[in-house]
Amino acid sequence: MSQPLVGAPHDRVEGPEKVTGEARYTADVVIEGLVHAAVVPSGIANGRIVAVDDSEARAAPGVIEVMTHHNAPRVSAAKPADSDSLLFLLQNDRIEFDRQPIAVVIAQSLEEATYAAQLLHVRYEADHPETNFDAAPRYVPKEIFGEPATHQRGDPEKAFATAPVRIEQTYRTPTEHHNPMETHGTVAQWNGEHLTLHDSSQWAFGVQRRIAKVFGIDAEQVRVIVPYVGGAFGSKGQMWSHVALAAMAAKLVGRPVKLIVTRPQMFGWVGHRPQTEQRVALGAQRDGRLVCVTHDVLSETSVSDEFVEPCAVFSRDLYAVENYGMSHALPRLNISKPTYQRGPGESTGSFAMESAMDELAYEIDIDPLELRLRNYSERQPDSGKPYSSKQLRQCYARAAERFDWGRRVPQPRSMNEGRLLLGLGMATASRNTHRTAAKVRIRANSDGTVVVACGTIEQGCGSPTVYAQLASEILEIPFERVRFEFGDTNLPEAPLAAGSQTSGSVGSVVVKAATWLRDKIADLGGTIPPNGIVLDVADEPGENDESYATQAFGAQFAQVVVDPDTGEVRVVRFVGAFDGGRILNAKTANSQFVGGIVWGISMALFEKTRYDARTARIMNANLSDYLVPTNADIPNPEVIAIEADDPHINPAHVKGIGEVGITGAAAAVANAVYHATGVRVRDLPITPDKLLV
Amino acid sequence: MNPFRYARPSSPSAAFTDFAGERRARYVAGGTNILDLMKIEVESPPLLIDINALALASIEVTGDAIHVGALARLTDVAENEQVRTHLPLVAIALEESASPQLRNMATIGGNLLQRTRCPYFRDTATPCNKRAPKSGCGALGGELRREAVLGTSEHCIATHASDLAVALAALDATVHVTGLSGNREIALHDFYRLPGDTPHVETSLGPGELIVAVSLPLLSYGARSTYLKVRDRAQYDFALASAAVALDLSGKTIRQARVALGGVATIPWRSLQAEALLRNAAASRDTFERAADAALAEARGRGGNDYKIPLAKRTLVRALEIAAA
Amino acid sequence: MLSRRRFFFRAAISTLAAEVALHFRAAAQRLPTVRPNDAAAGTSAARAITINVNGVERTMRVEPRVTLLDALRDRLGLTGTKKGCDQGTCGACTVMVNGRRIDSCLTLAVMHTGDRIVTVEGIAQNGSLHPVQRAFITHDGFQCGFCTPGQIVSAVALLNEGKRLDRDTIRTEMSGNLCRCGCYPHIVDAVLEAAGTS
Repeated sequence: MSQPLVGAPHDRVEGPEKVTGEARYTADVVIEGLVHAAVVPSGIANGRIVAVDDSEARAAPGVIEVMTHHNAPRVSAAKPADSDSLLFLLQNDRIEFDRQPIAVVIAQSLEEATYAAQLLHVRYEADHPETNFDAAPRYVPKEIFGEPATHQRGDPEKAFATAPVRIEQTYRTPTEHHNPMETHGTVAQWNGEHLTLHDSSQWAFGVQRRIAKVFGIDAEQVRVIVPYVGGAFGSKGQMWSHVALAAMAAKLVGRPVKLIVTRPQMFGWVGHRPQTEQRVALGAQRDGRLVCVTHDVLSETSVSDEFVEPCAVFSRDLYAVENYGMSHALPRLNISKPTYQRGPGESTGSFAMESAMDELAYEIDIDPLELRLRNYSERQPDSGKPYSSKQLRQCYARAAERFDWGRRVPQPRSMNEGRLLLGLGMATASRNTHRTAAKVRIRANSDGTVVVACGTIEQGCGSPTVYAQLASEILEIPFERVRFEFGDTNLPEAPLAAGSQTSGSVGSVVVKAATWLRDKIADLGGTIPPNGIVLDVADEPGENDESYATQAFGAQFAQVVVDPDTGEVRVVRFVGAFDGGRILNAKTANSQFVGGIVWGISMALFEKTRYDARTARIMNANLSDYLVPTNADIPNPEVIAIEADDPHINPAHVKGIGEVGITGAAAAVANAVYHATGVRVRDLPITPDKLLV
Repeated sequence: MNPFRYARPSSPSAAFTDFAGERRARYVAGGTNILDLMKIEVESPPLLIDINALALASIEVTGDAIHVGALARLTDVAENEQVRTHLPLVAIALEESASPQLRNMATIGGNLLQRTRCPYFRDTATPCNKRAPKSGCGALGGELRREAVLGTSEHCIATHASDLAVALAALDATVHVTGLSGNREIALHDFYRLPGDTPHVETSLGPGELIVAVSLPLLSYGARSTYLKVRDRAQYDFALASAAVALDLSGKTIRQARVALGGVATIPWRSLQAEALLRNAAASRDTFERAADAALAEARGRGGNDYKIPLAKRTLVRALEIAAA
Repeated sequence: MLSRRRFFFRAAISTLAAEVALHFRAAAQRLPTVRPNDAAAGTSAARAITINVNGVERTMRVEPRVTLLDALRDRLGLTGTKKGCDQGTCGACTVMVNGRRIDSCLTLAVMHTGDRIVTVEGIAQNGSLHPVQRAFITHDGFQCGFCTPGQIVSAVALLNEGKRLDRDTIRTEMSGNLCRCGCYPHIVDAVLEAAGTS
């Protein structure tokens, strides 16, 4: 094949389905005899249920059953593993966060279930909820994703004390809810002791194992089918309570049950990015070379569970600095369990670190880009490992050139666009990328078509397209002859589709499988037997994977205008250059990078979950008051992919690219706002009220 | 939603007769507000009276006013050439409202009756004097970012949500209503009620009274008018502060002015104080700033909404600058 | 055109005046003897309604409280139209009613007897994709695809609205359709291309 397939800007193979409405998502699933479930969320954030009067709900038309902690099937809500979440499955009367599930109403129609859920009368004994991030008792977690939560190299404290230039600031990022356009949802059907779930999930196998634990059955008794996922961004990585509640309801009524989480309930039990407070201390020489970095992180967690937003991973692995210290501690609040959200840690951490770097650049009066170059690391500073590849220098150069960074007059409030203040800001992007074990089944049919099957999911990252590209290039057959099957635990096991690991993990085993098949067909003289060829192939990280530091990088440049009267900020231009390893599909990759930038802009300007500090009640649990950007808020980001072969990272030579785009983006916007206005906003989002000077 | 009876009368009289039979009924036209509130249990009428069959959607100029039927959709009014030419503040206020889809649904009459976006009003797990009289005000001491600084009471600080109503307050439009006790005309400044100790009473409409039309006076200087809406997002967002202004200029001197504020008050907030300061004054930033100070002189912030006072001032100054330019 | 409008307005006002007068007397006589529930108008029972969806007359039984969105999805099996918020805040449920785009979650099915509804399933004609659909594929105007049906219907309606479209007007006019994947620039590319070709 003369023309390389990998990297080509192929249209998504599921495009026609998605533009005609034929693509099926979980809520679209219809099963004979299906009934509808509505979750009743709690109205308090701490306390217990004293009494439930379900008589009115039960009397409402169409109601089949009302499931409360009095009659819910007894199951195990406990966490089988540290990585799992405690579930809230109506096993007791305790309430520990706002909108915790406290009952499920099952009725013939959605309207009947929804209305009857409103007729449940619950009496609470409310306790004072812990809502004070600053005052709540905090503790130091044992680890963060398998790494130490507190860590030091050199002696950052001593270095800071003697550093010629010092920056020490505190940055805050708010609670943020993922709000994929598709809310979570599950369709549960029992057949004897066998359970079939249709579920909107990033990890069919995780759901399979967890739900089996809940019911005390074998994982083999559970089949999880994941139709197209309408966005997730981390929120569908865990199995949350409603999945089990749907299965419990189906068991209780002996019918298949559809349970769709409502938009306000998306602020309940399905995870969120925790708010953080980050103290960043930089010590530097007058020429900008860092002598020490300290990054101390507080991030909220829930009363009975643990999640750490690993903000300091970003600063730990980025600049060449001898003395470094980091810590993470967790205040416990009456909130639902936080979880990973696009670029966990590195998005929030980069806001703090890259804002601080901008402050340092102003302090010593050097160009912010030059400051980054003076601290460029050729090896990963903490591990000392070589990078599998690092094109960050090229990212800086190409993005700066495209952006025309050279036109920037450093003085704040020195540039204008008409009567508006103009600001230019930049930041570094970085995201660790790893791979884990994955399996695929490859099958060659006698008609020359090939099916690659893997139980991963499609959430918009382009899986069915890019894996077909990878396989067809190796097999030297037209792209159209390869089909990728996904979304079912009956297929070979895939890892969690998150953490920028899927293309590295699944992609690598696709490469292995396609290579095997190519050789096998060659062995057979180029022919495929009538009953085809099929093989299950597995791959996992080997020793080689441990020898290199594997990170995606980027350079983010933002141009904003700020209305000097009203403080309204609009991002008018954005350029991002990224080192994402080998690009599998230029078109879908561009969308991933752009999407990340959009999330960064959103984080900078819009998103914040607003709690009532007295009650821990979320007061903006809808998409009118919890703001995500509209089309009018987003410019046309220019994305440059700096490609370079990375043979060390994994057999597919790819880095995960779904998350690097958000990292640094909020800082670039915040730095641009400072440049425009002279106001350094250290607590996100940057709203007009913070710029009224 | 609660189960409800549905009626689709073909005349206004049939509509308010239906209402007379069920005083807890609600009218529905565009549906964008009442159905939303029914879904979140803030409203649960036993009867919904669909007034879309009434012939009340026309827009026409008669003498000194543009008469807009209550069922005219926001899109239609925003695109009307007469409105665009003579009363740009109305056209802009409409264009800056909601989304294209919602503007195709929502009606002029319904928009005037749009309920507050106060999060406590919209959340039945919290107290709210407007939703449940005497239950208390959840917003006081709570999440205040969107709450009002003008026209508040100890019982309610909910911000009025409509953009259009702010423009109409500046114009002092006339609301035409009909009901069992006949037809009446209500000047906009009499239409909205301050919350006081009865925040659940929001307008001077009687039970079952139906808005049939709104007259927009063709202010002689209406062409020199604007509506400025300040918000977090560039589109599809409620105002943090807004200003509707019209200026009658003679050279650099202001002969007359109209000023109303939105996003900061419990009702669409016309400021006669600001208008008085502008009258016969020079059209300068200094004048505008004094007018803005006057408009917000009685404003009261409660912490989380303190920023609205300077923001509303700046918004008004900027709107006046735009109108004067 | 203007005179037609004027006619309708006057007709409405005069009918109104006559009715109000008539009703006034009738009400005065009747009201004291009427118990509210006896005068109850309408019914909450499910009723058969017929609406024209994608050119086909469809009859279904629905309670008054069933939204047009749920009627399309749950009663007619047209699941292309999506429920993103059910509160008129996201645009995923956008359909056209008599040629205009609306949010189908904030209107009742019973309010649309006799209306012409077009959903995403009715955009392609005779098995051939609409230029907007083709442009969304070419420009990668979607990732997860969940908001896409609403975006497509909204874009088709926008093209029919006859406005001059450039990047900025498209951004504004498409702002009623949220996309969380962040495909906005590509959506604008797609609408621009379709505006030039359709």
